[in-house]
Formats: sequence, C-alpha cells, structure tokens
Amino acid sequence: MNDSFKGLRVAITGGTSGLGLALVQALQRRGAKVAWVARHAEAPGIAGDVSRKEEIHPIALRIGAALGGLDLLINGASSLGPVPLRPLADTDCEDFETALATNLLGPFRLTKALLGALGASAREGRPALVVNITSDAAVNAYAGWGAYGASKAALSHLSLIWDEELRPHGIRVLALDPGDMDTPLHAAALPDADPSTLKRPADAAGEILAAIEEVIA
Amino acid sequence: MRAATTAQQRPRDAKLLVVDARGRLQHASRSQLASLLRPGDLLVANDAATLPASLQGIHERSGEAIEVRLAGRRSLQVDDVREFTAIVFGAGDHRTRTEDRPAPPALHTGDRLRLGPLHATLLRLVDHPRLIELRFDGTPDDIWAGLARHGKPIQYAHLPQPLALWDVWTQVAALPVAFEPPSAGFVLDWALLDALRERGIGFATLTHAAGISSTGDAALDARLPFDEPYHLPASTVAAIEQTHRSGGRVIALGTTVTRALEHAASLGTLRAGAGLATQRLGAHSALRIVDAIISGTHEPGSSHYELLRAFASDTVLQRSSEALERHGYLTHEFGDSVLIEKSERAGQNLQADPRNDDHRVDRHAHGARHIEERRQHRCTEHHFEEAAEPIEQHAAP
Repeated sequence: MNDSFKGLRVAITGGTSGLGLALVQALQRRGAKVAWVARHAEAPGIAGDVSRKEEIHPIALRIGAALGGLDLLINGASSLGPVPLRPLADTDCEDFETALATNLLGPFRLTKALLGALGASAREGRPALVVNITSDAAVNAYAGWGAYGASKAALSHLSLIWDEELRPHGIRVLALDPGDMDTPLHAAALPDADPSTLKRPADAAGEILAAIEEVIA
Repeated sequence: MRAATTAQQRPRDAKLLVVDARGRLQHASRSQLASLLRPGDLLVANDAATLPASLQGIHERSGEAIEVRLAGRRSLQVDDVREFTAIVFGAGDHRTRTEDRPAPPALHTGDRLRLGPLHATLLRLVDHPRLIELRFDGTPDDIWAGLARHGKPIQYAHLPQPLALWDVWTQVAALPVAFEPPSAGFVLDWALLDALRERGIGFATLTHAAGISSTGDAALDARLPFDEPYHLPASTVAAIEQTHRSGGRVIALGTTVTRALEHAASLGTLRAGAGLATQRLGAHSALRIVDAIISGTHEPGSSHYELLRAFASDTVLQRSSEALERHGYLTHEFGDSVLIEKSERAGQNLQADPRNDDHRVDRHAHGARHIEERRQHRCTEHHFEEAAEPIEQHAAP
C-alpha cells in the first residue's frame, strides 16, 4: 500500500525536542522528505528563530532549498511565556510579547512566506497543508497559563480563518492539539507532574499524522 | 519616465496602460486588473522567489573589496548551486549607479573570493573583465546557509533604502531561484487570485530564474538576458491547452513568463518540464503561446522593451511610450504596468534572428514569407484606419 507521506515535502519548526522531534522521526520513517527548524539546530537542520521577523525569509529560503518545494508546514515551535508559570497580573509585558512572537506571529509570518510554495503544490495537484500545533490551554482557562493560552487561542482562530480563505485555492490550515505530553516544555511548566500520566510524544505524533492523513489522503 | 523609488509592491494608485490588439490605448487603475481580463482567460505568473544574490566580499589576491552579483545558473536543481555566472563590481554598493561603479581589480582564473561566510574560486572570465564563472566551496547546504545569512537582494540606485527579501518576494513566491524579482508579479495578491477565480479567469504558474536586468556596462547589457533555466509544470501546460481550445487568451505576467513559454513551445508543441531559455525575443519573433503580456513600463533599448516588440509594432510602442511619459507613469521594478495584447499582425514577420532558437522553423517558413508580408501590409493599412479613431481612452473612475 502506498503511504500518503512517502515523498511528501514537510517543514517542521521546533523540530529538535518534544513533539517536533517525534514528528520528524515519524515522518522520516514513513518516507517523507523533512526539513526541521530550531533555534539551535545543527546541520542538516536549519538554525533559525521564528520569533524574529528578520529570520523568517532566510528560513523560508532554506526550507525551499532543502525540499525543492513544500507540501506540509508544521508550526510546532512554542514558547511558554514566563517560566515558571505565573499569574497574568505578574506576567511581564516582554514575556507576553515573546509568547505572542513565537506562538502567533512566527507561524503567521512563516506561513505567509511559504504560502507561494504551498499554492504551487496545490496547483500541481499535490497536498498543501499547514498544521499549527495548539493546546487545550487555548480553549480552557487554566490559571497561570495566560501568555501561552492567549497566544495559542489566537493561533487556533487564525487557523480557522485562514482555512476558510485558502480552501478555495486548495490549501488547508488546521490547528491540532496533541494533548498533555511528557516534553521539556511540559516539564518547564509543571515540574512536579508525574511523567507516567503523560502521553509519550511519539504517540502524540502518531495521532497527529493520522489527523493529517485524513486531510491529504 | 521617472523611477518608482519606494519598495511598495502594490501602491494604491498604481497605473496600468492597456494596449489592445489594434493598438488602441486605455488608461486604467492596476487594481482593476481582474475586471480587464475576460472569463476564460488564463493568467500565467512566474512563481520564482528571489535569491539574496548580491554578495559583498574581498578579492583575496588584491585584498580589494568587491561586490559579486550572482547572475546565472544552468539549472533550477536545489543541489546544483556550486557554480554560478556572476558579475563583479569594485568597492561600493547599490547606492552608486551601476554605470558609475568602479571596475573590480584585475581578475584571473583561480582567484579566491571571500564573500562573508562563503568562499569561492573564480573558474574563468567570460570574455569580459567583470563577467565570471565561480565555484563555491562546501556542500549545497553550506552554500544555501551562507547565501541566506550573507546575501542581499540585488538592487539599484533609484531605490536608496536597503531591500529585504520580503520586499522582493511576490505573494506567490515559491522556489528561490530568481536573481532579480520577477517584478511583473508584484501586482499579485491573494485578493486578486480570489477575484480571478470569481470571474472565471484561470491562474497558473511556472518557475523561471529571472536574471539580472542591468549591469551598468553597455557591452554586458547587450548580452542580456543570459540563458535562464525554467520549469513548466504539466498542470500549467494543461491549463494553457484548455484555454486555447476554448478560445481564451493566455496572458503572461512578465517577460520571464513569455520567454519561458515561447521557449517551451519552440519545437512545436508546448512541453512540460525543465528547460533552458536561450532565445532572445524581439520584433521578429513569432509568439506561439502568449496572447498578451502584463509587464512593467520599459524604456526603449532595454532587453525587456525588445521583447515587447514581439507583441506590438514600433509605431504602437512609440505611442505607448509617449502616453506613459505624458501621464506620469513610473518605471522600474516597483513602477506602473502595461498590458499589451498581441497585435493582429504580430507573429507574421518570421525572420531569422541569430540568437533565436526558432531559426530552423523560420527558414522553413521562408517560402511563405512573401505572402505573409503582403498580408501584413494590408493589416498595417487597416491598423492606421483604426488609429484614426480616438486612440486614448480613460477608464471610467
């Protein structure tokens, strides 16, 4: 049987730890061509910080060069905002801005810079899809998760609107929530959580690929 | 014409001069573009993203500062980035007009060039003191990383502000292969793509490594455009064939699209896939695929203007140039635009052009030329009758 990920050209931000790393590995196992981006990525990864406006186009350039085109962009790079978590009233504006820059503006800018490549895929009859990794903190009001939750809520809504606008052009935009996982980000947020109660990133990655497959198959 | 001096891709007051097949002129607002095309037409754009192809550095043997502008490559393959054709300037940057830029130090085969994090060897001089072939050290990945970090978009003195990549990438920019932006595509945004869809106008793309537009040196400029690789998707070929079958027009967004499509059709039928556009289009070129072109406003003498001569007679182009001047159209990459429909008589004047790939076909057509010329003569008379009517109209606001 032909795997729908075989030969798929995929770019993932936040691809060196947690869910992003698990997605890179799962996609590579299934025959996808994967480019990953992270602040401290080593070759063949692409070093870049999506929260910085001036790095977006150099990152997009290198994604295009690494893959020769793009079918799937996964915006996974995330920032918790202030660590340890604290009430919104105690959150520094700068920490809030960092969360917005990484979780909202970064995905917006990178998607915009790569929309031409995704449109080209769609016109050639290939899949063209953006997946924004979100969280149940985008839906439920958890005390202490203000900067993260608000930025992920905005990302979810941005995904809905963009999907509405781009669907006629053959491009889909999804927001997917992987659930609570045993990742460095979760450990930073809730250091006392029992890892055995948390989802393994590899399992979450499998679920996300299943959701993607429903759209592109 | 005055140059547009700000890097705005879609100024609200951008103008569009429409020249129809009979040589009649109409002034329109460029934001009306979708309404000026007809249902059943197909707009074809170049979706190349633009490379940061200007590299400041040092010529190691002399120790002198240089600027290298990458200008050509033999393919679009992303791992084929070791060797480039390039133009070398002496010290300085885009703020000095290219024609006033100092020459580079004397260049020799084997010279080493240090361009920020990139290192290159001069492979050979291409019979001009500033035109070289170079080879970068390192893996394709190293080279892309170096370009992304150190390169700047090529730009010219009429735009003093330094350009960023986002200034020169069109809204449909995909594979990074152009040396200068395919700037006719600056008109595109997603709202326009929506408007085209709603009016039943098709949209398709090809990828063409748009080359350098000016070198500041008359002898080098006369060699432009260099050979330019392109990729024509099968889906675009299908859309073009469908458009022609159903009587629609194929409208090329820019000179690069025209060059690629006409090259891909030069052996008869339009072929999908990779190609290298080597021909030079001009007054004597037969256009097999493209029915109209949307382009920037170009001054007579440039290679872009030469290409427009394939669409319209010199008389019509001359009148267009006067209208552009009189109505304050802006020129250069961020300037206003023209839409020129292929003249009713265009493409009948098949003559051999030494740089035209079509020359074999042209010789075959030679026997028929006598008759063609007489037909063309009749059309010319007809054309003048048409031109006696009011020839310049302004679209209702």
